[in-house]
Amino acid sequence: MSETDFDVIVVGSGCAGAVAAYTAASAGKSVLVVERGNFAGAKNMTGGRIYSHALKEVFPDFEQEAPLERRITHERIALMDPASQMAIDFTSPELACEGKDSYSVLRAPFDQWLASKAEDAGAEYICGIAVEELIKDDAGRVVGVRAGEDEITAQVVVLAEGVNPILSEKCLGNPRPKASEMAVGIKQVFELPAGQIEDRFLCAEGEGAAMLFVGDCTHGNVGGGFLYTNKESVSLGLVATISTAADASNPHPVYQMLEDFKNHPAVAPIIRGAKLVEHSGHMVPEGGYDMVPKYVFDGCVVAGETAGLCMNMGYQVRGMDFAVASGQMAGQAAVEAIDRGDVSEAGLSSYKAKMEESFVIQDLKTFSKWPRVMEGWDSMFTDYPVMAREIFNAMFSVDGAPQKPLMKRMMPIVKKRGLLKLAREMRGAVKSL
Amino acid sequence: MSKIAEITVNVDEYLALDKYEVDEESAHVELVDDPDDEEFLKLVRVCPAALYKVDADGKKSFDYAGCLECGTCRIACGSTIVRKWENPQPTMGVEYRFG
Repeated sequence: MSETDFDVIVVGSGCAGAVAAYTAASAGKSVLVVERGNFAGAKNMTGGRIYSHALKEVFPDFEQEAPLERRITHERIALMDPASQMAIDFTSPELACEGKDSYSVLRAPFDQWLASKAEDAGAEYICGIAVEELIKDDAGRVVGVRAGEDEITAQVVVLAEGVNPILSEKCLGNPRPKASEMAVGIKQVFELPAGQIEDRFLCAEGEGAAMLFVGDCTHGNVGGGFLYTNKESVSLGLVATISTAADASNPHPVYQMLEDFKNHPAVAPIIRGAKLVEHSGHMVPEGGYDMVPKYVFDGCVVAGETAGLCMNMGYQVRGMDFAVASGQMAGQAAVEAIDRGDVSEAGLSSYKAKMEESFVIQDLKTFSKWPRVMEGWDSMFTDYPVMAREIFNAMFSVDGAPQKPLMKRMMPIVKKRGLLKLAREMRGAVKSL
Repeated sequence: MSKIAEITVNVDEYLALDKYEVDEESAHVELVDDPDDEEFLKLVRVCPAALYKVDADGKKSFDYAGCLECGTCRIACGSTIVRKWENPQPTMGVEYRFG
């Protein structure tokens, strides 16, 4: 094999790219990371929360080093109609167990830390310039990247360009994700003193809450709201499936949805008096296993969101743990292929084998039907929140008139929707979860 | 033309809080000439930065300067009215401080 400038070039320094770079550099390979932001994280956004298990595999002491915001020990799920909210709040010691725990993060500080780990391991960085093209040889094998005027070669390119897969489409021939497979995320960060966050969310010092909302937060469109408590700020936003939010039947632009969500009587008190400090937007791959493209090529492997690795279960949203794990496996596979002297698609196929043996592909496969079920489950976003309001009003509201037994108050609410229809919908959803 | 409900929020004020290095020389996102009304309205609905606007007289406008580089318009209308979607030139564009 002819000499290359680097053993490995990584495109993008998010969770997948930085971990791939760290893994390859730690194994003694020469690594270049090309990051389009002026620093790692400058272009990145999360809801968000990272489940720590994958990070712990790579950095066993991350709790002491990483710029984590709060350990999430309260899980809240809320069903909201235009004026009401029914929320569940769950907390348990298990949520804080090492290896099962999760942390809110902000990507600008978090990704800079990840990049520093890769740099400390020996990876070189170029920031502030986007890779415009993957260079191929005559046989179609990826042999490097072009960024501006520079052409830089490597034995293996790890493509971790993020959720907007421009190079994956243009240079690897992967399909453009469909509007029905992608959601648009919109988020605002509000500063609040730590004590106020702990008081408002009933959390112990340093601990935090994650909250997912469904219903009127998206004005009934497929999607949902989210809230994560950071050290001294709160991340509040929503996601909406692009195809349905763009549809002519939806009169509400996503930024107006967010504004209305912020003004909802159950949400406004959360951010009362808080100072807005950033407004951000980012896409989320939500198509699940069916949208995962080809991710092993001659001379190139694809990791993280570029490979569609993300899961929105409604009650649980995961992406960064998939990115970290796929980055680690991509880095390992690149090292092994280089050591064996075969960086062809076959030589790099251990990446695919590792992915399929791991939680990444297995979880995506297990829940592969869910995205379609969620998309077609209109009543979850429209009528169920209203039903919850009627049920709990019937339970909690007292006007002094002689009360009927509870069942007599409840049954009309359920019956008018059709018991069988509700049971069928629930069964369909539970089967895909 | 399909309807957009009344917009009460001024997203430009929010974008003013974000940090940008705006490339005055070249637009990294371009639309076709005379874009189709319904396709344009899709982008009014999904762009999180509210860069696609239709005023009271029905006049359409688009300004790439406040772009959050999410790519949503490319996914929604990349095969119809979004003619070009590239990453901004080196060091340009949005720079998240929180993210």
